[in-house]
Amino acid sequence: MIEVRNISKRYGSQKAVEDVSFCVNEGEILGFLGPNGAGKSTVMNIITGYISSTSGKVLVDGKDIVEAPAYAKKQMGYLPEIPPLYEDMTVKEYLYFIYDLKKCKLPKISHMKDICSLVGIDDVYSKVIKNLSKGYKQRVGFAQALVGDPKILILDEPTVGLDPRQIAEIRSLIRKLGKRHTVILSSHILPEIQAVCDRIVVINHGKIVANDTEENILTAFEGEKKLFLTVEGAGRDAIRSALERLPGVKSVSFSRERKGSLDVEITAQKDSDIRKDVFDTAAGNGWTILEMRSSKLTLEEIFIRLTENGTQVQEEVG
Amino acid sequence: MRAIFKRELKGYFISPVGYVFLAAFYCYAGLMFYITGLSEGRTHMDMLFSSLLIILVVIVPILTMSTMAQERRSKTDRCILTSPVSIWSMVLGKFFAAFTVYLMAIAITLVMALVCAIYSPPDWSVVLGSFTGLALLGAGCIAVGIFCSACTESQAVAAVLSFGVLMFFSFVSAVAAQLPFEFLVKTADKIAFSKRYYAFTYGIFDMSNLLFFLSAVFIFLFLTVRVVEKRRWS
Repeated sequence: MIEVRNISKRYGSQKAVEDVSFCVNEGEILGFLGPNGAGKSTVMNIITGYISSTSGKVLVDGKDIVEAPAYAKKQMGYLPEIPPLYEDMTVKEYLYFIYDLKKCKLPKISHMKDICSLVGIDDVYSKVIKNLSKGYKQRVGFAQALVGDPKILILDEPTVGLDPRQIAEIRSLIRKLGKRHTVILSSHILPEIQAVCDRIVVINHGKIVANDTEENILTAFEGEKKLFLTVEGAGRDAIRSALERLPGVKSVSFSRERKGSLDVEITAQKDSDIRKDVFDTAAGNGWTILEMRSSKLTLEEIFIRLTENGTQVQEEVG
Repeated sequence: MRAIFKRELKGYFISPVGYVFLAAFYCYAGLMFYITGLSEGRTHMDMLFSSLLIILVVIVPILTMSTMAQERRSKTDRCILTSPVSIWSMVLGKFFAAFTVYLMAIAITLVMALVCAIYSPPDWSVVLGSFTGLALLGAGCIAVGIFCSACTESQAVAAVLSFGVLMFFSFVSAVAAQLPFEFLVKTADKIAFSKRYYAFTYGIFDMSNLLFFLSAVFIFLFLTVRVVEKRRWS
């Protein structure tokens, strides 16, 4: 559906985006993840045709957006980071303007009605946009992107600045939209991407550092397992010497000591399960385990690792 | 283009800009009509028409300052540039919207001509010629203003810039006439809006003057399109 081929964007001598390639398949919700200033918005602006790339191509349904801009633009609805609203118009006037602007052929009144009930702005339909709250403005921005029923939706950080309830609403809206549209969603907030996206592209310093499903990214990065324990009834040395003897245990460290109890962190090999052995050892030595939990690397930690050193772990996507 | 034209035209009257522009023009034109016509008992309107040049230099920038600059500042240009309309139709839509408001303003001169007609019928061909000249002059000024607005994000800068450029085109021949270089004087006379416009008010309808203003409109709108386009590439 959308193919981004080796696009680069330079502002003077500064490289904003470098050799970025990825595909978006029909019906997919693609998460575009990266810290602030990584080049997410630049890539989205290039895909939508707002700015041009210095080199590389963007193909929509196999057609180059530079050669057939009208076709590409008709397929896309774009919600920029700051919704492009004419604040002095009413919601109705604004959406009618967008309808005319996009040369939309759908039945006007029923189409507007559908959009408004979908994004939930029926009740502010005849209000002036500048008097709306931020959440409503964002939804009007959504409505604007949906006019003309485009196949592709490009959403640039759609939940920034909203309160938690509004964020939840917008996310469920995106999921709803994902059933009928192909969606590219950018964000620097991980849970958001995890909650709604089928596939994740991670970008940092203008380069793609990962491109895969959430599970695959997690497995690729899961080098070792960790186990947290809170133990009562033994000293550090006794615990360390007993646990380090167990098969699969790589290292034992202590994080905190409270009245009589110790927080222990055990690092184990990837494919081992040491929980039973740990329990038996504790029982055998007469220690009491107050708490035991295993932890995996979260996407958050992977994200931080990926964007810290910028290592290339790109996996090919079919 | 129609969508943008409609929105812009409406925009002039949602905000006070359209009203301020019309009011300022009507006041000035009314005053000039009184001074050059009514108080003197003259029904010749040439002095009225030639006096209108200076007010255009001051108020056309008010009309055009927001056209491009405001879109960029409020990021609404994204929604236009990512929709299936060309940059030309965006610029033309804005131009014609401003021009329509301008025509509403200068239509008052025709009313004044009718007032004169009560006392003694004016030379209608001269009045219409002058009116056409005024419309063309305004079109040129608006194109300059839109171009200046495209060069910046700030409306204030756009207004001052277009004021400066319009001053240049209005007074370049008067300034050059003071200089002892004949070549400079001739060139200045060729590009001066004032010289070209005054010819209309004298009752001379010269094709070259008509073409001059039409070319000026085209050139400045073309430059506007290039400025917007260039921003996409750099």
